[in-house]
Amino acid sequence: MLLMITVAVNEVHAMHIMEGFLPKAYALFWWVLYMPFLIMGMMKLKKGLGKGHDNKLLIGLVAAFTFCISALKIPSVVGSCSHPTGIGLGAILFGPLMMAFIAAIVLLLQALLLSHGGITTLGANGFSMGVVGPFAAFFAYKLAIKSGLSKRVAIFIAAFSSNFLTYLMTSVQLGTAFSGQEGVMISTLKYLSIFSLTQLPIAILEGFLTVIIFNLLWENKEQIHLVGMEELI
Amino acid sequence: MKSKQNLVLIGMVILLAIIPLIINPNSEYGGADGAAQDQILLEHPDYEPWFTPLFEPASGEIESFFFSMQAAIGAGFIAYYFGRMKGRQDHAKNR
Repeated sequence: MLLMITVAVNEVHAMHIMEGFLPKAYALFWWVLYMPFLIMGMMKLKKGLGKGHDNKLLIGLVAAFTFCISALKIPSVVGSCSHPTGIGLGAILFGPLMMAFIAAIVLLLQALLLSHGGITTLGANGFSMGVVGPFAAFFAYKLAIKSGLSKRVAIFIAAFSSNFLTYLMTSVQLGTAFSGQEGVMISTLKYLSIFSLTQLPIAILEGFLTVIIFNLLWENKEQIHLVGMEELI
Repeated sequence: MKSKQNLVLIGMVILLAIIPLIINPNSEYGGADGAAQDQILLEHPDYEPWFTPLFEPASGEIESFFFSMQAAIGAGFIAYYFGRMKGRQDHAKNR
């Protein structure tokens, strides 16, 4: 019986935490924590969409980037697969809050159509991918620029951090929910060890992809009129 | 110059995805998130997921169809965006 369950789980490689795989109280806790960011993100998106056609198109681009690359499961050195999140790009361009909402759209579609992730675990997955991810990117970018690094290096570090910290958060979420006797720290580290080796090259890859998009944006910078982003473009 | 840099970056992205397959050819390449779920069930064999997905793709093929659609739609819009900006740029230069 157990073997059957394990095999079944093996076949479904869920994005982040699978449906029903967080105890009820934890699932609810992460939903409650995610909610305010989701609402603020929705307002931010609405405001951003009202700032003219070019801004609307660029929001479309950051959403499409997340949509596209979060669907790619990429092989990693340790012999398992994982995927980029694409959250860093939007977080650098529009600030972290808007991505909280865009992440929810992607997660919801994957939960409903692909049985990846889930409705019950969307609070937790949204918090890691849509809150921790973009805030990590945002602050990593600011910090890197302040320390005098070039824009490209800063973007790379931001996208890398957002991907990696998303999975760090997932490990904490699993570690706290399934700690057992050895305690939260140890079990978090255990889940982190599962994710981190796989995630490291994927996070680097996501860093490169994000720099590629920025290079393309800079190539057409005369045509991209963006209010309030002059220092970026 | 930037597009040359992008070519190098794209090359590195491809390498990052291919090198694992070369140095570690006999692995299963399951999802890391799947491995985490295995870990949960290993340590808590009595844990029962209390909610199951409302809809599950009927097969791995259909699942990968949905994933390809997701990637294709995203890539389509990215191409539309940069095509449009490039067009604008060319138009501005020719005037």
